[in-house]
Amino acid sequence: MQQLEILAREAAELAEGRVVPAGSALPVERQSGAESEAEVDRIMKICNACRYCEGFCAVFPAMTRRLEFGKADIHYLANLCHNCGACLHACQYAPPHEFAVNVPQAMAKVRARTYSDYAWPSGFGALYRNNGLTVALALAAGIALFLVLALVMQGGLFHAPVAGDFYSVFPHNLLVSMFAPVFLIAVLALGIGVARFWREVSPGTVDVLSGAAVAETTQDVLRLKYLDGGHGGGCPNADDANTLLRRRFHHLTFYGFMLCFAATSVATLYHYVFGWEAPYDLSSLPVVLGTVGGIGLLIGPAGLFWLNLKRHPEHGDAAQKPMDRGFIALLFLTSLTGLALLAGRDSGAMGLLLAIHLGVVMALFLTMPYGKFGHGFYRSAALLKWAIEKRRPNPVGVGSE
Amino acid sequence: MKHEANRTVDVLVIGGGNAALCAALVAREAGASVLLLEAAPRAWRGGNSSHTRNLRCMHDAPQDVLTEVYPEEEFWQDLKKVTGGITDEKLARLAIRESSTCRDWMRKHGVHFQPSLSGTLHLSRTNAFFMGGGKALVNAYYRSAEALGVRIRYDAPVDRLELDNGTFCAAWVGTERIAARACVMASGGFESNREWLREAWGQNADGEWPADNFAIRGTRFNRGVLLKFMMEAGADMVGDPSQSHCVAVDARAPLYDGGICTRIDCVSLGIVVNRHAQRFYDEGEDFWPKRYAIWGRLVAQQPGQVGYSIIDAKASGRFMPPVFPGAQADTLEGLARQLGLDEAAFVRTVRDYNAACRVGRFDHTVLDDCHTEGLAPAKTHWALPIDTPPFRGYALKPGITFTYLGLKVNERSAVHFGGRPSHNLFVAGEMMAGNVLGKGYTAGVGMTIGTAFGRLAGAHAAAAALQQGVEHAAA
Repeated sequence: MQQLEILAREAAELAEGRVVPAGSALPVERQSGAESEAEVDRIMKICNACRYCEGFCAVFPAMTRRLEFGKADIHYLANLCHNCGACLHACQYAPPHEFAVNVPQAMAKVRARTYSDYAWPSGFGALYRNNGLTVALALAAGIALFLVLALVMQGGLFHAPVAGDFYSVFPHNLLVSMFAPVFLIAVLALGIGVARFWREVSPGTVDVLSGAAVAETTQDVLRLKYLDGGHGGGCPNADDANTLLRRRFHHLTFYGFMLCFAATSVATLYHYVFGWEAPYDLSSLPVVLGTVGGIGLLIGPAGLFWLNLKRHPEHGDAAQKPMDRGFIALLFLTSLTGLALLAGRDSGAMGLLLAIHLGVVMALFLTMPYGKFGHGFYRSAALLKWAIEKRRPNPVGVGSE
Repeated sequence: MKHEANRTVDVLVIGGGNAALCAALVAREAGASVLLLEAAPRAWRGGNSSHTRNLRCMHDAPQDVLTEVYPEEEFWQDLKKVTGGITDEKLARLAIRESSTCRDWMRKHGVHFQPSLSGTLHLSRTNAFFMGGGKALVNAYYRSAEALGVRIRYDAPVDRLELDNGTFCAAWVGTERIAARACVMASGGFESNREWLREAWGQNADGEWPADNFAIRGTRFNRGVLLKFMMEAGADMVGDPSQSHCVAVDARAPLYDGGICTRIDCVSLGIVVNRHAQRFYDEGEDFWPKRYAIWGRLVAQQPGQVGYSIIDAKASGRFMPPVFPGAQADTLEGLARQLGLDEAAFVRTVRDYNAACRVGRFDHTVLDDCHTEGLAPAKTHWALPIDTPPFRGYALKPGITFTYLGLKVNERSAVHFGGRPSHNLFVAGEMMAGNVLGKGYTAGVGMTIGTAFGRLAGAHAAAAALQQGVEHAAA
């Protein structure tokens, strides 16, 4: 009996020991990486003995292919999790149960660590810790930079209308020489981070990249499959009611952003290939793409921000809200200032509007590899790993009777 | 005429799990005003339904998540087999037929289904799994009920009813009297009433009260208050009052709400010994899903109500991973020490077993030819020597899932007094499941009974209440 009591005590410790009380929302830096990972390990072992949530998303089927959860497995699962919250509301072991299972929260805490752990250069990972501040500083610096530039180059913020000729305010070559390197370095930093992550979660294997796996991943990413709740009805937000709003606002944000990106790309082609210089006509492809995308990039982030404010407090990691909201705000401002610039491009305030817009875009580029922007890349990598591994035989053949 | 203030509710539903919610939803759909009283606070609502995962379903063709066919007759034969004939064919077939049509209604109220879970392939033909499990189902039903205008009160345990010659008048929550035109009771069995369990299981020859060492796998709110009240009020009862569904769970399971994850699924892959390091039953008698439900009782009959499931490295990965890590050692002596068992006795038991193993072709998916010879008790299948370290051991204790005692009903799910059905008092779920399931268990049948009789009870309660309302208005 004494032995039993010891076992029972161990079990109780196991069940309760490393749990951060729900809603206490310790800042990311107060919980060590090892603690966050141990919590996911603890929870995954409970989930693996239950498995009721298999239909919600890829995390649970991926879990059933494992009996032990090493660091790489935990990093992979954490990035596979879309923080949809469905499993929390469905969980018979969620708080106030003594097992205190909260998968989305435990995953979110590890996920934030992976962003900073894999960041390149390594020291810059710290920028994730107080990401709201990082974004705010980048924004202030970006806007200030272009305002000062405007003052220096034309001696004032206002000017005679120049019919939308941006390059009369900031010469084209100057802009290219500023944005191109920042953008390329941002892409490089993100790429290195994601490559490090990929090497860690797929150790020692040259994964066979089948066309089907790539196609499935592409579809999962573009459709945002894992915000559909597994049944198409969407996922919880404020409470256990399912909603497709998060998925739809995210679509508006993502496709809005991509259209804006396409607008810039087309304009670049016009400039260098055809020699057609801005400003472009209202009915021209770059302006149409940018306007439609810009509207999406206004509605989408506004909706996501609203949902974020209403989000159930036990979803995800409260300490990361500044990062989420900072990024959302930056996207919103990018679009808002861009559309304002379009509206006012024939006025004397065009230079001011342009400086502000360029400052916001610069902040977006600067913080790209060290903020929420990275989530899409890490999650896509995790989805690709899932699409590959699900096509292999399950190494754990339990309960086949 | 209608009383505007403090209007008498048409249908009062007592309970907050699957059967209660089905009754409330159907009664409301029929046009009755409905008040549902859940004894638990909101965070613990749903009773044992929150721990369920599927519904056994009759179907004559493959459906969304159900493979092949599961005809009425086969379902009935399965039920007859597991209950040993302690069932009521008319009521059983009613539930079986209902299971073939209820899923569209469930979907309408927000329940989603998913394919059978990994490790449960044997259920893909017979059982429809709820996406996210029973708590997701319970959440969906509460949400739908609220949207339809069912009034819901938490922390409202009913102590007693006010009856008048078999007619329901009112329910009492503490000092509050709640009148209604009809009532559905669906407030569960008595498995979380420890005093009652103690009394039901009695004292053993060693002077122990076995029930003191039981875990309750489900809710702590099934205290059988209304069951006892109805028994004393002279309602007709069914089911053996001393019986409960009892499985072996991890001895470290919490006292309540351990649910599914505390089960230990490696019994058939190794041996099980008691506190004296002796084996006591054939671990390989039949497939584990068909045998797990007898092991609770077997362990309950052992000294200290404890057993130890012992496996070696060969078993690793062949069973559902347990929630708590087992004791682990590279020697049998070391494992015995960790488990607090007598080393010499334990090693002797394992050696005797190993020597008796006649290993043929091991196959866990069939009743294979690996068995013991000259050993008592024998292990008749899957007998492989325990010889490959690391060795693992899991302490087991009995875990009670539900009790069989219930109220006798007819095909309208009405409560009976002296063989006569009440016209406005109905019962559903675990409180009457014993009519259909007098003994034994088969996966998902509790939810089948709860859904079928919950819906029936709700419909008949609404009809009784609205009829009464009509008579009232005419008078």
